[in-house]
Amino acid sequence: MSEMSAMNRKLIQTLAESISKHVEHFNKTEVECLIREFNVLMGEPATPGRAVTGLDRGKFRSILHNIFGMTDDMIMDGVFRSFDKDNDSFVSMKEWIEGLSVFLRGTLDEKIKYCFHVYDLNGDNYISREEMFHMLKNSLIRQPTEEDPDEGIKDLVEITLKKMDHDHDGRLSFADFEMAVREENLLLEAFGTCLPDTMSIEIFEQHVFQEQLEP
Amino acid sequence: MGVSLTKAALWTSSGKLEFTPMNESLLKEILSFVEQFSSQHPQEAEHVFEEPLQWSTTLVASDFKTDYDISDSDVQSHEKDSEGHPLLRLSPPTVYVRSFSQLSKLVHLADDKKLEEVRACLEENRDPVVKILGPCFANVLEREDTDTDVLGLADKDQAKDSEVKVKLFHLLQTTDKLFLSKLLEEISEQVRLDPTTVKNDMELLKQLCSGGEKRVLKSVRYTSDYEFSNGCRAPLWRQVHGEICYLVIEPCDTDNLYITCSTAGVFLNGGIKQEGEESGYERTSDMYEDLLTLLKSQSPYFAKNINKQDFGVQELPSTQRIQHVESVDMEEQGQPQRSYEQQEKNVHDKARQQHTLNKAGGEKKYEPCPRWKNLGLMSPCGYVIIPCKIKAEEKKSSKSSGEERSVKIALLSVLFLFSKTPAGALPVELSSESSSESEEEEEQSERRPESNTDLPSEYWQIQKLVKYLKGGDQTATVLTLCAMMDFNLMQETCQLAIRDVGGLEVLINLLDTDEVKCKIGSLKILRKISHNVQIRRTIVDMGGLQSIVKILDSPVKDLKALAAETIANVARFRRARRTVRQYGGIKKLVKLLDCEKDVEVARCGALALWSCSKSTKNKEAIRKAGGIPLLGRLLKSPHENMLIPVVGTLQECASEESYRIAIQTEGMVNDLVKNLSSDNDELQMHCASAIFKCAEDKQTRDLVRKYKGLQPLVSLLAKANNKQLLAAATGAIWKCSISIENVAKFQEHKALETLVGLLTDQPEEVLVNVVGALGEFAQIPDSKATIRKCGGIKPLVNLLTGTNQALLVNVTKAVGACATDKENMAIIDQLDGVRLVWSLLKNPSADVQSSSAWALCPCIENAKDAGEMVRSLVGGLELIVNLLKSTNNEVLASICAAIAKIAKDKENLAVLTDHGVVPLLAKLTNTTDDRLRRHLAEAIGHCCIWGSNRASFGEAGAVAPLVRYLKSKDSTVHQSTAMALYQLSKDPHNCITMHEKGVVKPLIHIMGSNDEILQEAAAGCVRNIRLLALANRKARLFY
Repeated sequence: MSEMSAMNRKLIQTLAESISKHVEHFNKTEVECLIREFNVLMGEPATPGRAVTGLDRGKFRSILHNIFGMTDDMIMDGVFRSFDKDNDSFVSMKEWIEGLSVFLRGTLDEKIKYCFHVYDLNGDNYISREEMFHMLKNSLIRQPTEEDPDEGIKDLVEITLKKMDHDHDGRLSFADFEMAVREENLLLEAFGTCLPDTMSIEIFEQHVFQEQLEP
Repeated sequence: MGVSLTKAALWTSSGKLEFTPMNESLLKEILSFVEQFSSQHPQEAEHVFEEPLQWSTTLVASDFKTDYDISDSDVQSHEKDSEGHPLLRLSPPTVYVRSFSQLSKLVHLADDKKLEEVRACLEENRDPVVKILGPCFANVLEREDTDTDVLGLADKDQAKDSEVKVKLFHLLQTTDKLFLSKLLEEISEQVRLDPTTVKNDMELLKQLCSGGEKRVLKSVRYTSDYEFSNGCRAPLWRQVHGEICYLVIEPCDTDNLYITCSTAGVFLNGGIKQEGEESGYERTSDMYEDLLTLLKSQSPYFAKNINKQDFGVQELPSTQRIQHVESVDMEEQGQPQRSYEQQEKNVHDKARQQHTLNKAGGEKKYEPCPRWKNLGLMSPCGYVIIPCKIKAEEKKSSKSSGEERSVKIALLSVLFLFSKTPAGALPVELSSESSSESEEEEEQSERRPESNTDLPSEYWQIQKLVKYLKGGDQTATVLTLCAMMDFNLMQETCQLAIRDVGGLEVLINLLDTDEVKCKIGSLKILRKISHNVQIRRTIVDMGGLQSIVKILDSPVKDLKALAAETIANVARFRRARRTVRQYGGIKKLVKLLDCEKDVEVARCGALALWSCSKSTKNKEAIRKAGGIPLLGRLLKSPHENMLIPVVGTLQECASEESYRIAIQTEGMVNDLVKNLSSDNDELQMHCASAIFKCAEDKQTRDLVRKYKGLQPLVSLLAKANNKQLLAAATGAIWKCSISIENVAKFQEHKALETLVGLLTDQPEEVLVNVVGALGEFAQIPDSKATIRKCGGIKPLVNLLTGTNQALLVNVTKAVGACATDKENMAIIDQLDGVRLVWSLLKNPSADVQSSSAWALCPCIENAKDAGEMVRSLVGGLELIVNLLKSTNNEVLASICAAIAKIAKDKENLAVLTDHGVVPLLAKLTNTTDDRLRRHLAEAIGHCCIWGSNRASFGEAGAVAPLVRYLKSKDSTVHQSTAMALYQLSKDPHNCITMHEKGVVKPLIHIMGSNDEILQEAAAGCVRNIRLLALANRKARLFY
């Protein structure tokens, strides 16, 4: 067993070294820690020997929910999509670390790209009226007294479009989104919280980077 | 008259009319009715009463004139009834009257006592109508609703005067109604509850009756369906008591409640079940503020369930709200009582603001908004209920059914109307709430008159956004806040719109949430709209400042900076600054200054401190929190936008000595000087202003010179268009020029020439400083000539006619300084400057008086024909002598100095003596003020020259105190005292006094002084004493 873990450690170290060369914001030790955390989150493979591709949607969502306090299904799916770059419905170790790099420590530019990707539900590189409506539909208390209970949300979508749709094509391109966010940073998470707050980042990093180093 | 008398008037238990305003006006109405009766209704006036009205009168026989038979003290009228009985009979003290014509005659006779007569008559004839018309008519009259029966009665009464009787009856009835409605008008001006309120309340309660099992009440109804035009349902004679209507309410758990709603409040009555009941109007319970309070206390079931109703729900949909406004307005138009239409509107306006307060949310802790609490607009039971906090998650869960919600909305609207007392309702309340009340009025008056019709489109857009803010989760809230930022928030329309639709409450509530982005968005809006005075006040009134202060502790830098920036705007008035301090804001702000890494946070902290530093206590608090060294460190910043608030704060605080010392000792003078050369006017101004305040201290002045600050100060004089900057720069130059070394330096840069150029066409704040500087410059002989050559004398003399006291003090000082130069003096004299200075002695300010008197000294000394000049000023010498009665030592000293100069002219000294200068001077000799002693002794010395003044001083007891002056430590006192003693010693009696007081020893000591004048005066005095002694001895030898 100890031989096994020694081998494992060696393996992880090499892996960390190679990944850390491609990933921003994390040093080699931190990558190592993240790999370990990934393995913990993966749990023991059900059938030993069989290679597991990564975290599936369910597992990933429960991580988002339990560790980062996210609740909105649509947004969590969006985050999963953002992490799962190769679209294989699994977040691999590499995707995990690359994703977290932005998720936890991303620059404004990286975050703009990330958020846009989360909000672009159908992946057509535009955030359409309909997508906005979907994401915002639960954000207002309905007014049953009004003829159309969704009127408020529709209006909110229009207000948002007016503010962000610089080229007036009725949808948000990445350029629109980027420009609006640069103008007003509060618009980064315009259609729902998809980034962790400072508190949960702190807790997560402490848990992963410090507690793991003290065996 | 019957109803108004029996029911409206307030009677004491002993059957007297109480002295209430209502009774007084009732009496007056009756009096004028009686007075005019015989002229307006001659036929009815002849009608003979069934029974005479009789009362004890104050009238006596002599008061009656013709038309009366007077025998002894008894009086009978000529006018008799058909049976030959007189219609008026007086057998003192009782008078019997049997017709209205006699009544009105009597009232005329009573003249100024007529009111008392009417009062006595009514008090002793509690049922006048019965006596006038007989009991059957009176009964009908009391029942007010019956016209028909009268004719029947008339038939029964077969007497020929029945027709007259009926007419009289109608007359009395209409008069009665007239009285009541007039009284009603008066009463309605004092209402607290009003019909509209009650009506709204009823609407609410009716809705509470529906809802099957869940209903809170079983039924609610009025006792009467008829509603008067003023909205009341109570009979007129009960309305006089302020009663509005009667209700029968059937609660779920107790017996029917019979309730009276009156303007004073609501209470249970004796059981009025339907319209027109005679009895049951009495109060059988405590008085309650409003219906709901009463119901809560009477029905536990109601109390329990009404509290379960979630008041915190749901804003009013905009359309509904507008309809509501209009409906109330329409009602008002229909009301005859204009007087409180206005109040109603105000109340409603507030109520509307209140609705919008109600954020969706299930938060259980409801707090009354402190603002309304302060205003006394709340009922004590706490009906104005506002959820203060919202949590995004809870909003979702609080979706309730539409019907339930609309009930709640109606409930709220009623509650708000209900719990309000129209402003100025009762004098008692007013006085207890006076302070906050007056503030409210101030804010009320700030409101623009507005009506729904001409509101700008922004208003509606903002109203919609505020609605989304209230009903949105974090995402929607942030989006809405961003949309709101796109409005021109510096524009008053938008600022007030946000407040008026209840947005301010929401923004403030957001500050107490945990959502960083919401807080940032809210503060980004608040920091803009808080540029508006009214918004600032409202933020403080709503307790928003506390929340903002709390945010200063946040770990998020953006939040800290935004909060500080908002505080900088809000803390522009005293109450706000105090609030910041009381909630520990000063310490937190000082802590922000320590954020070296984040310039923006420190800058905003400095901005906020700058605003706060306008209160003295805050200056102290900043110092205690260790702010001074931090400010000193930031003073080295290269950023202009950092330096401005930092220097601004420093110059504001430099009014305190502790700061001035710190600025000097902690090396800040260097930085201030350095920034004088900045290219930002504002920064230059604050630096100059700080130097202005600090340079009273010599060391600071020297430091300014050392760091080469004088030249930049002079260059600032070129920016003559920026008056604030000019005032600060000239101020700094003035204070710096107190050091002669600085004057020399200034002269190198031709400061004086520039300053003289600033003597005309400048605001007073600049002039004060320019003239002050000239006064200091003119201490140097060269400067005096320069001022003259630059043409400075004339504008200076012109300024003597001003009224600004600070300016006058400086001008007289400068003129005085210039007058020490003979050529200058010639010009001053030519411009009649001495007369102008002299007349300033009449100025009420002691500073101006003394400064003028000091200025007179060199004028008199250097004028060509001073004696003649002084004599030409009519009344001038008397004025001077009279100022010796001043209580201000500086004034006294200056006047003594002037007298010393004037007395050099014998003729003028004679006039001074005539005006009694000697005893006045003698009276002052007991002073211990060395400055005064010196000039007093000088004046005494000079005044000795005339006539018997030497002896007079001796007789007035001036010699002995003068001897004591020799013990003073001030050598200038010694000099003038020695001179005075020398003069006084020419009178033998004075020599004896001096000798007795031991003057010789100190004088001999003084003779050893290096000062020749002093030596001579002392020696002269001793010589006189010796001569007297010798003469004495000789005389003794001789005889």
